[in-house]
Amino acid sequence: MIDIGLDILSWILLTLGGACVLIGGIGGLRLPNFYTRIHAASLTDTMATLLIFAGMMLQAGLSLPTLKLLAIMLFLLLTGPTATYALANAALLSGLKPDAETVTDNDKGHAG
Amino acid sequence: MIFVFALFLLTLLVITALAIVHTENLFVAVMLTSIFSLLMAANFFILDAADVALTEAAVGAGVTTVIFLSALALTGEREKPRVGGRNIALVTVGVLALLIIYATFDKPRLGDPNAPVHQHVAPWYLEKTPEYMGFPNVVTAVLSSFRGYDTLGEVFVVFAACIGVLFILGVRPPRESLEPRDESSGLRHHLIPQVVGRLLVPFIVLFGLYVQFHGEYGPGGGFQAGAIIATGVILYALLEGEAEALRAVPRSVLLGMVIGGAMLFGSVGVVCMLMGGAFLDYSVLAADPVWGQQLGILIIEAGVGMAVCGALLSIFHAFAARESLS
Repeated sequence: MIDIGLDILSWILLTLGGACVLIGGIGGLRLPNFYTRIHAASLTDTMATLLIFAGMMLQAGLSLPTLKLLAIMLFLLLTGPTATYALANAALLSGLKPDAETVTDNDKGHAG
Repeated sequence: MIFVFALFLLTLLVITALAIVHTENLFVAVMLTSIFSLLMAANFFILDAADVALTEAAVGAGVTTVIFLSALALTGEREKPRVGGRNIALVTVGVLALLIIYATFDKPRLGDPNAPVHQHVAPWYLEKTPEYMGFPNVVTAVLSSFRGYDTLGEVFVVFAACIGVLFILGVRPPRESLEPRDESSGLRHHLIPQVVGRLLVPFIVLFGLYVQFHGEYGPGGGFQAGAIIATGVILYALLEGEAEALRAVPRSVLLGMVIGGAMLFGSVGVVCMLMGGAFLDYSVLAADPVWGQQLGILIIEAGVGMAVCGALLSIFHAFAARESLS
């Protein structure tokens, strides 16, 4: 009984995590300028990582893989937001203004 | 299911390759190359080649990208406009692609147990590794003992590549602005990357050492460990500035690692000969042949790790030194 409950819970978490990745991907393609796009992309670094890894840890149960997953999750949660910060900072320093009125990037080279 | 996933990854691989060819911004091309390597690593992992996947992820997606980026800092960001000759290239590539596709018709099915590659020496390696070496990772056994000559050759290729890059980049340009880069370089003023990076560097190096010395029992070995440790030191250089990284691991130490690693590998072979065996036949190193094999593999893997780590860091520093001059 408990097993089925854990399985259902883990699949709910995995599906939600997958949805977060999808939303991040759509946002990365559809949002108008650089800063809004990395905002969308950072969703995959944080929320999706948490949800997917929590789901996988429930699948693995109390075992060595769970510990490894926990280590990888901590690593991703530390590095993901840092990378997003460094990216935004680099864009700001190179002169890309986070202006609410600019609807689209005119400089495609920075946004890539 | 795994087949669908592999197909998906291969499709992404083709799209990435086309995008690399298509883009004119070299910075974008470098990033796409990194993505290509990461996809390739995932592909290798699906094919159960964990060791190769680890190498591809560490070297292809990690260190190579950094070296490409430091090369880009010396040149421009944009591709030069092409001057004709496009049709010849297109025809050549088209003919070659058709030939390769034609050749794949003769290829055995993926995972076919009757394929020639699974009939030749592979069964012998799989059967004899536990008996001769006493550890489970056949890849490490093949790489460092059964095929020790090949790996020795690879280490000398790494050595030669490092010397070549140092010769080309080590030449000082005839300019007056030779003062070393000021102390404020790196991400010293950016608190968040610095705090997180400082936290991560010891763990990256520790993980590299784990990959190095756990290579007999899991995926890993000298090549991967050298690349991972080099990544840790490069991260340190990016955070604290290149001068600080050179103070921690000076150039002489790096060159010593490259030379010492290659020498260590070769001298293990010579010691084997002196003790009455063949070159690189580790069985004679200890009274018990299995223990001798393990000892030999441990030492030569350490040599490989030293050589790879030293070579990658020397190349990185050679590029970084040029940056500070210009």
